[in-house]
Amino acid sequence: MMGYGVLGFAFGLLLVSFEYSWYLAPLMSLFIYAGALQFVAINFFNAKVGLVDIAIATWFINIRQSFYGLSLLKRFKKTGKLKPYLIFGLTDETYALLTTIKDDDQLKKRWYYFFLIAFNQSYWFIGSTLGAIVGSNIKFNTAGLEFSLTALFVVLCIEQYKNLQNIVPFLIGGVASLLALLVVPSDKMLIVSIILALILMFTFKKRIKNE
Amino acid sequence: MSNYEIYIAIVVMTLVNYFTRVFPFLFFRKNELPSYIVFIERFFPAVIMTILIVYSVKDIDFSLAPYGLKEIGAILFTATLHLVLKNYLISIFAGTIFYMGLVQYL
Repeated sequence: MMGYGVLGFAFGLLLVSFEYSWYLAPLMSLFIYAGALQFVAINFFNAKVGLVDIAIATWFINIRQSFYGLSLLKRFKKTGKLKPYLIFGLTDETYALLTTIKDDDQLKKRWYYFFLIAFNQSYWFIGSTLGAIVGSNIKFNTAGLEFSLTALFVVLCIEQYKNLQNIVPFLIGGVASLLALLVVPSDKMLIVSIILALILMFTFKKRIKNE
Repeated sequence: MSNYEIYIAIVVMTLVNYFTRVFPFLFFRKNELPSYIVFIERFFPAVIMTILIVYSVKDIDFSLAPYGLKEIGAILFTATLHLVLKNYLISIFAGTIFYMGLVQYL
């Protein structure tokens, strides 16, 4: 959970290194609350990406989250008024924590879930706010800081591979993105990559499943 | 983007992000999942993570010296660190500092 604060700090620092106002960090951490997406959002701002493209990219970057909820449908059934917030807080880390806790059908569990999720978000919120404030007040050479985004995805990619033990989806992602990089302007690259990858996935559906 | 455009973008991301999280609670209360959804669920996260690595270095010009070697080097460094130490914070921070060193001092 501490990790959340530290990663949030890096996000805040990166955001203000592009001269954006510090208060965008707490604003985003309060309302969006999604690690990888908030990092990518900085690129959206820089490249002036259109709203439709942002919506589609957001959907696909976070589509994995749709499947977190699936395994929690039963658990969240009796959580009443807290439910919308519990669902809002389903980030990668929170999901990982929730699924390590045994479910025992007690009604009190819902408050336990609530505090776990609220604490997680507050670490992220405080971390990113501090990062943004520190970054706007202390000037240092931030050249290369944007690599934290790349490093984050390298780590997430390795974790995916450990789960999946199947190289084909990574090859598809690589081919689709390199192709898109070569043929379309760089601000359209993400959307085109996603579409190409989906086409490739369904073309090689059998290949992927049989690996 | 202007501040106004950024606010609108944040609203869009907030809504779509919440939509991805609430999706199963809205649509899959009882029904069995269609097979194509199970397929995307299982394999798309790996695809998008690979795409995002390339996306994050998209503005590097690989045709000019040093031909993106700093980026490739830092990616390999981060990956090796993560495979050996298995601590995501160390991998991300050491990888970033390594890259900052490369671009600031080389």
